[in-house]
Amino acid sequence: MANAAPSTSLALPDDPNVRGDIVLEDPIEGREPLVRGDRDFHYITEAVCRGNELPLMKTPSTFVFGLLLAFAGFLLFGGYVGWLFWEGPGIWGNNNPVSWAWDIVNFVFWVGIGHAGTLISAILYLFRQKWRMGVNRYAEAMTIFAVICAASCVVLHTGRIWLDYFLFPIPNQMQLWPNFRSPLEWDVFAVNTYFTVSLLFWFTGLVPDFATLRDRATVKWRQLFYGALALGWRGSARHWVTYEKAYQILAAFSAPLVLSVHSVVSFDFAVSQLPGWHTTIFPPYFVAGAIFGGFAMVQNLIIPARAWLGLKDIITIRHIENMNKIILLTGSLVGYAYGMEFFVAAYSGNEYEGFTFINRAFGPYWWAYWIMLSCNVLSPQLFWFKKLRTNLYLSWIVAALVNTGMWFERFVICVTSLHRDALPSSWEYFVPRTEVLFLLGTFGLFLFLFLLFIRFFPVIAISEVKTILPQANPHWEGYAHAKGGH
Amino acid sequence: MSSFGLLAEYENPAQLYAACERVRDAGYTKWDACSPFAVHGLDKAMGLKPSTLPWWVLGIAISGSIFMFFFQIWAMVYAYPFILAGKPLFSIPAYVPCWYEATVLSACLTAFFGNWALNGLPRYHHPAFSSRSFARVTDDKFFIMIESRDPQFDATAAEALLKDTGASSVEELED
Repeated sequence: MANAAPSTSLALPDDPNVRGDIVLEDPIEGREPLVRGDRDFHYITEAVCRGNELPLMKTPSTFVFGLLLAFAGFLLFGGYVGWLFWEGPGIWGNNNPVSWAWDIVNFVFWVGIGHAGTLISAILYLFRQKWRMGVNRYAEAMTIFAVICAASCVVLHTGRIWLDYFLFPIPNQMQLWPNFRSPLEWDVFAVNTYFTVSLLFWFTGLVPDFATLRDRATVKWRQLFYGALALGWRGSARHWVTYEKAYQILAAFSAPLVLSVHSVVSFDFAVSQLPGWHTTIFPPYFVAGAIFGGFAMVQNLIIPARAWLGLKDIITIRHIENMNKIILLTGSLVGYAYGMEFFVAAYSGNEYEGFTFINRAFGPYWWAYWIMLSCNVLSPQLFWFKKLRTNLYLSWIVAALVNTGMWFERFVICVTSLHRDALPSSWEYFVPRTEVLFLLGTFGLFLFLFLLFIRFFPVIAISEVKTILPQANPHWEGYAHAKGGH
Repeated sequence: MSSFGLLAEYENPAQLYAACERVRDAGYTKWDACSPFAVHGLDKAMGLKPSTLPWWVLGIAISGSIFMFFFQIWAMVYAYPFILAGKPLFSIPAYVPCWYEATVLSACLTAFFGNWALNGLPRYHHPAFSSRSFARVTDDKFFIMIESRDPQFDATAAEALLKDTGASSVEELED
């Protein structure tokens, strides 16, 4: 496609690791192009497959080190779960409701992370936001791994883990069906549906890219591995018609899932009668917080990954900036929700509700509340300035702060409401004992899966990114003089 | 070895699009175009009918939805009536979340499995895979296949048509 020569490409330095970080204005639209430089289809294939096709023995030692570190975290997770199986949830001090909180904090934290992936893959797809093509594969992978972490927290907290199948509507020896009127059962349905649909969506998008890796494979195991995953895909136009329809349908059904999953998670709290939980603002507040935290996690993963994999021309500063704008928006929404909670507590005139919120900000857990507020509401406000939201280091730091703040948000909601609940006998100041290992373990599990994903799966949706190149349009003006053109 | 048909290679989507219009207008029915990505509007250039997948999804999603609604009523009100949290046995608002999730799940499972089933995938082999150049169909090349089982297939005429549409190469595929 040598006839395509946007003037912007002339100013780009040759080193692809530097190139993407330079902000150049598109002379016509005033925006950066989605894929930087004068790129053809083959470049996209090469750029994405390069990382996957490195021989196993030539895996960079930094990557192996990272993988081993994540694996150590994964082993920690396994060991801790083994201890939990052996001793029971008493190791969390679960004799007291306050201690119930830790695994639930982790569950809500992880399941919230996933929402950014679904927002990118489904809602931005339906709104024809073409910049999503560069980042959706990462974000969807992040969704799946985050939901695996969330599910492991919630599956393991039931106590008698071997009876977890009671949660599902399958006939059991007690002849009692799960209670479909309970928020906890809604949660089982919401999270399982979410995980299944995310996985199907992710896999559907991956099949044409697995076919690319299959067709390029030179060693036997790759041919077999990617050949099996590609399902015999041959890019037939007759297949693309049904495939695109399936993709649209999956997107259309995933879009309301973004809103419903965390709404249902918030029902676990909102349907109870505990002051601090029993509020109607919870569903939208949780959804905004989930998208907020999820985008922060995308930033934390993608900023190092794009540099490391040399994908700066495909995941450009414009992508990072767009995601920072969403972080600013959702962070401000979350801030509004924090304020509105206080307003409702004051305006309701309910003294229990009022106490709970004064206690949140100035009670024994004041430090958690102010960590949450400064990380979630104040730090994203930096992104009002273009110079700051296009700064990669600052973006990464703010994203890390947001992740911290969002974890503390769940801690604040769970713990501060419970530690002064209706029964003074269960009042306690919760101090985690070994539970921190559990949280670290889930991070190990998450990073381990994510690094394996980066190594073996195409991290960019190859076939989707090709469609946003100008020459993918058969009526592109560059073809006007070509034989048989229109 | 009998002949499966002809495989023509094109350099870019514009050539493929124009060639598809020619092949469509020539009246072939058993033919196909292959591309690394979904070329916009190619279904029109090929004269393809819209996918039937949405109708499958609609039917199964409605069935799944109705099933889940009545299943909840049966399980809560008849199979083992049990008052919990003071909620009535029959309570449509409390049934909504599981009802909704079951609808989404049945729709998405149908979309996923229906996509592969309607496309005849997974498939172990296809005659086009024996062509070396076809390996770039998932990279940056575009192809048209005209199958020999097409009622009006004539190897010389089809080859002449494909060459005339600007194919960079035309080769014969073995079945």
